[in-house]
Amino acid sequence: MTVADLAFYFFAIVAVVAALLVVVARNPVHSVLWLILTFLSAAGMFVLMGAEFVAMLLVIVYVGAVAVLFLFVVMMLDVDFAELRAGMAKYVPIAGLIGVVILMQLTMVFGSWHMADGAEAARAAVTPDAAEVHNTKALGQLIYDQYIYLFQAAGLILLVAMIGAIVLTLRHRTYVKRQDVLAQMYRDPASALELKDIKPGQGL
Amino acid sequence: MEAVYNLYAPLWKLIGLEYHNAIDVAYTSLVSLGVILGSTFGILFDVLNINTPIFLILSFVLKTLAIIVPLLIAVAYTTLLERKLMGGIQRRTGPVVVGAYGLLQPLADGAKLFLKETIIPSNANALIFLASPTVAFILSLITWTVIPFEKGAVYVDINVGVVYILAVSSLSVYGIIMAGWSSNSKYAFLGALRSAAQLISYEISIGVVILTILACVGSLNLTDIVLAQNHVWFVFPLFPSFLMFMVSGLAETNRAPFDLPEAEAELVSGYNVEYSAMTFALFFLGEYAHMALMGSITSIFFLGGWLPPIDLWIFNLVPGFIWFGMKVTAILFFFVWTRAAFPRYRYDQLMRIGWKVFLPISLGWFLFVVGIILAFQHSYLL
Amino acid sequence: MDDLLREYLPILIFLGMAVALGLVLILAALVLAVRNPDPEKVSAFECGFNAFDDARMKFDVRFYLVSILFIIFDLEIAFLFPWAVSFGTLTTVGFWSMMVFLGVLTIGFAYEWKKGALEWE
Repeated sequence: MTVADLAFYFFAIVAVVAALLVVVARNPVHSVLWLILTFLSAAGMFVLMGAEFVAMLLVIVYVGAVAVLFLFVVMMLDVDFAELRAGMAKYVPIAGLIGVVILMQLTMVFGSWHMADGAEAARAAVTPDAAEVHNTKALGQLIYDQYIYLFQAAGLILLVAMIGAIVLTLRHRTYVKRQDVLAQMYRDPASALELKDIKPGQGL
Repeated sequence: MEAVYNLYAPLWKLIGLEYHNAIDVAYTSLVSLGVILGSTFGILFDVLNINTPIFLILSFVLKTLAIIVPLLIAVAYTTLLERKLMGGIQRRTGPVVVGAYGLLQPLADGAKLFLKETIIPSNANALIFLASPTVAFILSLITWTVIPFEKGAVYVDINVGVVYILAVSSLSVYGIIMAGWSSNSKYAFLGALRSAAQLISYEISIGVVILTILACVGSLNLTDIVLAQNHVWFVFPLFPSFLMFMVSGLAETNRAPFDLPEAEAELVSGYNVEYSAMTFALFFLGEYAHMALMGSITSIFFLGGWLPPIDLWIFNLVPGFIWFGMKVTAILFFFVWTRAAFPRYRYDQLMRIGWKVFLPISLGWFLFVVGIILAFQHSYLL
Repeated sequence: MDDLLREYLPILIFLGMAVALGLVLILAALVLAVRNPDPEKVSAFECGFNAFDDARMKFDVRFYLVSILFIIFDLEIAFLFPWAVSFGTLTTVGFWSMMVFLGVLTIGFAYEWKKGALEWE
């Protein structure tokens, strides 16, 4: 067994065990932390496959951004664990049913799954040898040109996500006094100050 | 000595350094510089680089030690540098009691923190509570694996060094969130939330600034980035990027004037309020190691890494890691100077400057630079 | 393939040693230093009164919004990385497709600016 094999089994076992713990952990925050471990071992497996750039992106995007969002959401949830556990018995049959259905669907998918003709060749042809072109550059030469429609679709999805997030969560509070920096900067003494000459003894 | 001081007296006065402080500062800077860069010697430790796996692993273990040990000493002395400098700027002497010129102060501090009681709050989540400072500490160390101290003197020279740095620094938010959440204290929780929002806001502008550099270099390898600055350091053509990077760097490392997560006046100390003794020390070491790291990243991206300012024979006599160390120390000096000179930002202003100023300006500047590069390329073609 | 591993294996070694160092420091301090807890010492820090209840309370939904916007811009940067490295060798189509992508996201940015999503209160 080479070092690469050892590393593969290490990352694979960690990923599977951590994924299991995501589901099993009682505390949702612990679940998210296990999820992060799963992502990290997946990144390790990408490195083993030679896709170092994708591995780093997996860490940046999933661990550094998506999991932070998950943590925020999970920490924001005010979950009462005792109540959750009490309702468990009631939902077990339904949950079991859903589980069985998903299992059946998965077996159906895997049962009928087979490789397309020439897929092996296409997969080999896409990536240039890592020694000649760094896979970051190879990626750059592919996605913006050959996969332009998918790339633009990704842009549109991001736009929709941005608008959706704002529409769903943004509530402006009216009683808050906000700072308008430009207004502050363009204020000058001439418009803000008024000098009044008041004679002694007269008052205003 | 005094004559030398008087020569540049106006300059020292400008930053508020008195004579006796100036000596201390020079002393401490030299020490911290020497130590930060001692790490390079270790990396040159290539004697055992034989291709048998056992020796290979052993040599990397030695190299790891050669980075971690000097780094930790350098971090300890950075705290002394900071206290001395702050003292100088505020017309105090700073630490002077432990050892000559207070040179043993960091060791005393370390011993004190090591021997104090580790308090685990009763309603805290003990495992995560202890894990989070460890995570913060580990993350601040493992980025150093890709930093080139000199040409060839780098632990591993991976192709995607820049993205690796970004990936590790995007993880550093977890040390803080986990600490705040597991302490189960209001101040810690609020501090952690603020800090997380601040870190992720400034990570974007750092990312875009780095993209500008990449557009000029065309490689994600840190050694390539330094070598691309052979003729001119990027700080000159890309000065706006440099400014934004420095300010975002202050925010990323939670330094004043952006140290809102630990604003002592309102959040008592932010996410680490419940931490004591060694757990606190790990956060502290992590923070300062992150600061030194920010200094080295800045010098690699903008100040030409280990390259001398001009390609003169007399400059080339000085080894590259000394140049690198001087640049890192200069940036650390800047960090401390900023802390002494500026009041703390308000949180809404902090978020505003990140999202509404740095993000659009850095993106626009990136496109501008790309346009200029393309224009020159095509004129060469024609 | 093997070269790649030779570059990343040392990082694993470094990581292992950093983890070991962190654990040793924490555990040594736990073992060596005095441990003398009392109820007041181990209670959460508060200004003068006992903590009411669990400190993990609900917080402003704005943090959530900021982190969603962060994901989106982070993805944008992720898409820009290969482009910034290779734009000199790209075709015209490749260049302009990125411009369109950035244009779409700029529309989103302008929208959130206008809506005030970037304002903190």
